[in-house]
Amino acid sequence: MEVEEEASAHTIDEIYANGDDAQRHRAIISGEQLDLEAYAALYSGRTKVTRLLFIADHCDNASMHLEALRMAYDEIKKGENTQLFREVVQKIDGRLGPDYVSDQAWLASVDRRAEQRKEKLESELNAYRTNLIKESIRMGYNDFGDFYYAHGALGDAFKSYVRARDYCTTSKHIIHMCLNAILVSIEMGQFTHVSSYVSKAEQNPDALDPITVAKLRPAAGLAFLEAKKYKLAARKFLETGPELGNNYSEVIAPQDIATYGGLCALASFDRTELKGKVIDNLNFRNFLELVPEVRELIHDFYSSHYASCLDYLGNLKANLLLDIHLHDHVEKLYDEIRHKALIQYTLPFVSVDLRMMASAFKTSIAGLEKELEALITDNQIQARIDSHNKVLYARHADQRNATFQRVLQTGKEFDQDVRAMLLRASLLKHDYNNRSSRKLQI
Amino acid sequence: MNLNMNSVESLVAQIQGLSGSAEDITHLHGLLKQSEELIQSESARLMGCLAELDPSKHSLGYLYILEACTSTVISKEQANEMVISIARFINDCAAEQIHLAPEKFISICKKFKDQVMLLEAPMRGVVPMLTAVRKLQPSSEHLTPLHPDFLLLCLLAKCYKTGLRILEDDIFEVDQPRDFFLYCYYGGMICVGQKHFRKALELLHNVVTAPMSTVNAIAVEAYKKYVLVSLIHLGQFSTSFPKYTSSVAQRNLKTFSQPYIELANCYGDGKISELETFVQANRETFESDHNLGLVKQVVSSMYKQNIQRLTQTYLTLSLQDIANTVQLNSSKEAEMHVLQMIQDGEIYATINQKDGMVRFLEEPEQYKTCEMIERIDLSNQRIMTLSKKLTAMDEQLSCDPQYLGKAGRERQRFDFDDFDTVPQKFNI
Repeated sequence: MEVEEEASAHTIDEIYANGDDAQRHRAIISGEQLDLEAYAALYSGRTKVTRLLFIADHCDNASMHLEALRMAYDEIKKGENTQLFREVVQKIDGRLGPDYVSDQAWLASVDRRAEQRKEKLESELNAYRTNLIKESIRMGYNDFGDFYYAHGALGDAFKSYVRARDYCTTSKHIIHMCLNAILVSIEMGQFTHVSSYVSKAEQNPDALDPITVAKLRPAAGLAFLEAKKYKLAARKFLETGPELGNNYSEVIAPQDIATYGGLCALASFDRTELKGKVIDNLNFRNFLELVPEVRELIHDFYSSHYASCLDYLGNLKANLLLDIHLHDHVEKLYDEIRHKALIQYTLPFVSVDLRMMASAFKTSIAGLEKELEALITDNQIQARIDSHNKVLYARHADQRNATFQRVLQTGKEFDQDVRAMLLRASLLKHDYNNRSSRKLQI
Repeated sequence: MNLNMNSVESLVAQIQGLSGSAEDITHLHGLLKQSEELIQSESARLMGCLAELDPSKHSLGYLYILEACTSTVISKEQANEMVISIARFINDCAAEQIHLAPEKFISICKKFKDQVMLLEAPMRGVVPMLTAVRKLQPSSEHLTPLHPDFLLLCLLAKCYKTGLRILEDDIFEVDQPRDFFLYCYYGGMICVGQKHFRKALELLHNVVTAPMSTVNAIAVEAYKKYVLVSLIHLGQFSTSFPKYTSSVAQRNLKTFSQPYIELANCYGDGKISELETFVQANRETFESDHNLGLVKQVVSSMYKQNIQRLTQTYLTLSLQDIANTVQLNSSKEAEMHVLQMIQDGEIYATINQKDGMVRFLEEPEQYKTCEMIERIDLSNQRIMTLSKKLTAMDEQLSCDPQYLGKAGRERQRFDFDDFDTVPQKFNI
């Protein structure tokens, strides 16, 4: 008994301390400024450019801004997208020196090549169409889609890919088409298409190899994230298999899967789900290893070290705001995680000293009172605040009294409604009688 | 001339003679109906003969004569006498005889009301009208055309308590929609005067949701008051109408009450200063609708709502914090408001002046007393009676030939497989 009490006292102290002594053990460095080279190396294709441009638009740091633009310029020059090239040059505005200005020669040659290729593709496609060879027509449309995509005409690319659907003969073709459509839709930001094409692809389970399955999951997750359905998004990200590796770098990196999945899960899962699907999930562990901060903050949250958890979150925030998919959702996710932390903190106690709670959450007592008031009004916490002594008391509703109140209330409402109904019926009856008697008189 | 004199006298004699048993009364009624013209033309003469008749025994005859007298134009001097004589008659008359000629009774009561208002002494009319209503009603569940007039007099005379007595009856039978609208509207105003906001809300709700084929002014005014009372009593207002509201009302009522709906929106935002500026800006509109008093009550109710909300989240709170949250100017004002609410029984709390703290308590009602059990039992009884009434009405309606005729007409022609709810012979 005594030993148990000592042990439990020790854990209570630990909870109150909220991970402060754990800081000494922590060897992990908190989120530092984003390393652009490393970040850009995770991605390939068009998404690399759009992400770099997004970072350039949203970062405060002037050197990072220019660095991002420079890397974007280099990347675009490797491709054939003249529209994006013009955009980047405008944004650079000559600040990076004479190497990074509008290259008219390159533009002209790319456009010329594009025209030639387009004509060639068109003639080929027409030839295939007259010959009615399904496979060739399908490949023709695919090539067109690829061409448009490379040149940044995303709408046309999508249309071409979708046209290939009528000429798909095997499941593999369908899946190939779906993956293309998904890629273009994500780039366009039309995530409803993403969901529909993911489900279309999943309807052919026999032709799906593990890597494709692993690709479809995060695509669906992104669609849910965009739709603010964080719970479903978290589930999708967590189901992604480790076979994904770097195979989907034209859309998403494994670090992103860990971050998105981890944050959405924290914001929307309850404790059992969090333990079962995140902490004990062996597959997901591989992803979490890539972003140790997210791993640490999830563990801190689960073991009630809220101060350090919120610390990690604060440090990560700056970098997360630069992420193209997460940017709009960071605030909301952070709020939800904070609320969950507050609720979870108060759940096991009958009374909580607000002073200790405020220090645990690194906030002032007044601010904490306001936050708790909002949560209580929202019925997320069942408690009352004793503002004089600064204590939070758990309050469990008296079921018996509440039932009596409801009964009397229902009785009154029934009474009122039935009487009103009978009155209305009487009015209608007399009105009807009047009308029919008038009709008879006429 | 002679003939007329004779017929007048013979009429009086017949009235006196035939006011005994029930068959005599019906005979008399027939005679009186035939002699209508005579009565109308000889009204002045007959007025003099009234002294020979006893209102309690010869009510029917008295009624006819009195009605003929009042149908002519009355001057102001005569008005006073008229009021006295009608009041006396209403007091003394026999209800069964009145029921044979209700329109005439209603007509003289309405004239009575007009005279009383002309004399600017509505107080004089309150008690006689109450008696009149009670005598005219076949049962306490019927609404008569005299109800709204009575309530109007109560309002003008500020005798709200007398009005409340009539309002406590449950009405189930209505003859004229217009009477019903006025009854509910005036009734609502009386309840507001007595601060019975729940009943006022109910009455005004009935006006707003009553079946109507065209929008009428009563419904519009009632809707304006409905918005205000809803804000005072419930702390909120929803602009959606219940399903059973007539489509006419749903489309049109809101357009006539724009400033009130905006007031409700402003209230919903919860900022008192904005609410007060809005009220100031639209002061004239509210005043011209005679609703300024209610609007002021709406503003003060907002403080109450805010304080109520605090009782849900706090156990103890300092007066200064209350003042800040509820946007009052000082803790003294906060103390005043809380004190008022405790006295009115709207919240349960104790004020500790030494610390400047308010402690919010749970509702002391434990639902364990005999009175509570009685209350619940009474409620049960009422609901059972209502249920029985509802089933009785349903049965009655399903046997009503008009209903069956209409249902029969609208039934599908060739559905032989379906269970036939209406007998074949109603297939018109």
